[in-house]
Amino acid sequence: MSAKDPAANRPLSPFMLGQYYRFQLSSALSFLHRITGVGLAIGSLGLAAWVLCAAMGPEQYAAYTGFAASPFGQFLLICWSWALFYHACNGVRHLVWDGGKAFERSQVDLGGWIVVLSSLALTAVLWLVVCFA
Amino acid sequence: MLLRSPLGQARGLGSAKEGVQHWWMQRITAVALLPLSLWFVFSVATHQLVPHDAIVAWLHNPLVAAVLVFYFAVLFYHSALGVQVVVEDYVGGQFKKLATLMLFKLAHGLVAVIAIIAVLKVAFGGM
Repeated sequence: MSAKDPAANRPLSPFMLGQYYRFQLSSALSFLHRITGVGLAIGSLGLAAWVLCAAMGPEQYAAYTGFAASPFGQFLLICWSWALFYHACNGVRHLVWDGGKAFERSQVDLGGWIVVLSSLALTAVLWLVVCFA
Repeated sequence: MLLRSPLGQARGLGSAKEGVQHWWMQRITAVALLPLSLWFVFSVATHQLVPHDAIVAWLHNPLVAAVLVFYFAVLFYHSALGVQVVVEDYVGGQFKKLATLMLFKLAHGLVAVIAIIAVLKVAFGGM
């Protein structure tokens, strides 16, 4: 810490992480909610690009779907769909908390695991639908 | 000497009365996005939208176009509210924070307009 300007060296939010903070499901899922939220915000650019390419014409749309069908495109789509389901499921968990319910330690942990498993299950169902529909 | 009562002072100096609005709109849009997102991903997954003709035909259904425009409006609003909180938490410095917030707010507005106009152009355009 500099004696001249303590505010300049003030640590930013997740500074407790790693050094002082023991891993726990709740905090990990909380970070994940933010990370997936930011990821989905970036992913929504891809969503806008999708309809924009459709509006621009068949060639631009073919370029978009060609990229989406490429291995990297498929990887991005799978990540996006899981991020969406995770953020949605954990969002429901937050709405339950907003209602003042499920604050017991055991309920918080159980809810966390339900969110993890249901987000993975929904992603699997979606991609099975994509493959077999 | 202050002549205002403690309650009057608190009212004068307190919140800008927008904090609850932000929190509440985040919840309303979150609730709306649950069915909208499920509808969107499973519609796209079940309709074969890879040929250009197919997505044009899909968006020519007025109900699909309307729900998709609504979905985009709610989605980008929710996204703007969420990104705002992240910026407020992690971007330090008054000027840097304000500039980043403005940039992301305006970017969200612009991308939302682009997406909605694109849907409408296809929806109202020829087959």
